[in-house]
Amino acid sequence: MDIFLQQLINGLTLGSIYGLIAIGYTMVFGIIGMVNFAHGDVFMVSAFIGLICVLLLTTVIGISSIFLILAITLVVAMVFTGLVSWAIERVAYRPLRGSFRLAPMISAIGMSIFLSNFVQVAQGPRNKPLPPMVPDVIVLMERNGYQVTLAYKQIIIMAVTAGLLFGFWWLVQKTPLGRAQRACEQDRKMAALLGINVDRTISLTFVIGAALAAVAGVMYLMYYGVVNFADGFVPGVKAFTAAVLGGIGSLPGAVLGGLLIGLIETFWSAYFSIEYKDVAAFSILVVVLIFMPQGLLGRPEVEKV
Amino acid sequence: MAEAASPSPAPKSWDLNPLLKVDHLSMRFGGLVAVGDVSFRAGRGEVTAVIGPNGAGKTTVFNCITGFYKPSTGRLALMQGCPATDAELDALTCGGLASARTAAGTTYLLERLADHKVSSRAKVARTFQNIRLFAGMTVLENLLVAQHMSLTQAGLINPAALLNLPSWRRQQKQAVDHALYWLDKIALTARADDPAGDLPYGDQRRLEIARAMCTRPALLCLDEPAAGLNPRESLELNTLLLAIRAEHETSILLIEHDMSVVMGISDHVVVLEYGRKIADGTPQEVRNDPKVIASYLGVEDEEEVEAVAGVHA
Repeated sequence: MDIFLQQLINGLTLGSIYGLIAIGYTMVFGIIGMVNFAHGDVFMVSAFIGLICVLLLTTVIGISSIFLILAITLVVAMVFTGLVSWAIERVAYRPLRGSFRLAPMISAIGMSIFLSNFVQVAQGPRNKPLPPMVPDVIVLMERNGYQVTLAYKQIIIMAVTAGLLFGFWWLVQKTPLGRAQRACEQDRKMAALLGINVDRTISLTFVIGAALAAVAGVMYLMYYGVVNFADGFVPGVKAFTAAVLGGIGSLPGAVLGGLLIGLIETFWSAYFSIEYKDVAAFSILVVVLIFMPQGLLGRPEVEKV
Repeated sequence: MAEAASPSPAPKSWDLNPLLKVDHLSMRFGGLVAVGDVSFRAGRGEVTAVIGPNGAGKTTVFNCITGFYKPSTGRLALMQGCPATDAELDALTCGGLASARTAAGTTYLLERLADHKVSSRAKVARTFQNIRLFAGMTVLENLLVAQHMSLTQAGLINPAALLNLPSWRRQQKQAVDHALYWLDKIALTARADDPAGDLPYGDQRRLEIARAMCTRPALLCLDEPAAGLNPRESLELNTLLLAIRAEHETSILLIEHDMSVVMGISDHVVVLEYGRKIADGTPQEVRNDPKVIASYLGVEDEEEVEAVAGVHA
């Protein structure tokens, strides 16, 4: 029971991070039908932006309040990552729109390699550590010397994720921008004929997805305290798995899928073997694709005429 | 009964006060000439019908006007406010701009505008032969999407919206009120929150027209609005279109095969055949034009003879 509770906490934390990244995949897929393979690397870049920002704030400016640092870092990372993603869409995807379906996907793979390589060269290939930011924990229960703990940083991650998801849901459901996005998702040409600037809507979709990934990146950095140029790949692919598991194109599905992947991974590590945690996560992807190609909350594919 | 094509006709209302001037419009797809050198005018505040046999190029003309296609050659001038003179139009055509503003109004060259600006700037709205509602969104949301431009004031994110300022709430209320006004017009108020895809066919057609009207268009282009409607629904459609013409400053351009609709509500009829214009005039002139009878109205097709007879009666 105590191990179960601990793993549940850990799994939900990890799942929140995956869920935030997965939204970027699922939104972009929904609106332009493309898997943005560079999204995982955008997440990694955001963690580096966060790292640089935290180091600047602590050493150069000398702010000591940890929450102020976190808040500033989140905003800075969201803005800069959004800009990076906007530029990627403008340079690498928009010129290929209307080209054959594989073209933007290959361009995305290229962008992914470009980003991780660029960070490797610019920041060096080694792990970049960060001193522990929020080390405090709450001991929930103790039995036979095993402590079930809830770290403050885990609370922060889950709370920030929940808050962001609510704000994001409001954006998509209640604002003109969200309505425009949903309209573009269903019929881009018709949306244009009603006066919606489709290109700009798509750009903003990329920016919003990147901003959410940036939050995930800063959370990841705070949680693990270390980041590396290759860290975009595995979390990125897992978040993509989460999006597929939840039903690609479905926003609640992405969050649900992220939480499930996080839970599966931590429970597998705890009860079976930590070496095979990635195998477990990706086996889920295979099984889902075979038996439920539309995912948990996805709609069955409807051929457009 | 008016004479067909008299030698020196009196000036027509659509020549005197045109909203849309189509000049020498051609559209080629590879070697196929879908539309060849078509010119016509659509009068301000009038209902202009474009008719012709299947494959005559009617929908292609529509697609060019609404920014769906870029025409191969030709000029599509939409004049808001007051018609521009030919000299002004030629000056605009020779310059590189897509629009020109004068004291009297603004002229847009539709072939030079990006697709979303044909709607947001030039105020041209359209419906499709195969209905293109946002089936997964509610009826009300379909009408709100159409007001996107006025809600966001030419941007996508309105700062007032994020801060929920009173000005924004007022704007939003206006948008919802405008949508409800049109829902009332098409008698769908009760179904405002249902997914648009769940509505019966006839209701979907009227909703598509209401959605187009929510963009507050200067020109409403309807592509076969009566297709697939039963006689009762067809009558409701006529009532709706006549109400639009009577109560709003919206001119209508209409493609239609149903001659009872065409003859019943249009002021001006343009007839196309094989991508060329073969006749242009009032419904009476066109109905008696021997070329039109030979190529389109015909004598073999029972349904259309009946339809025309129904109008005569």
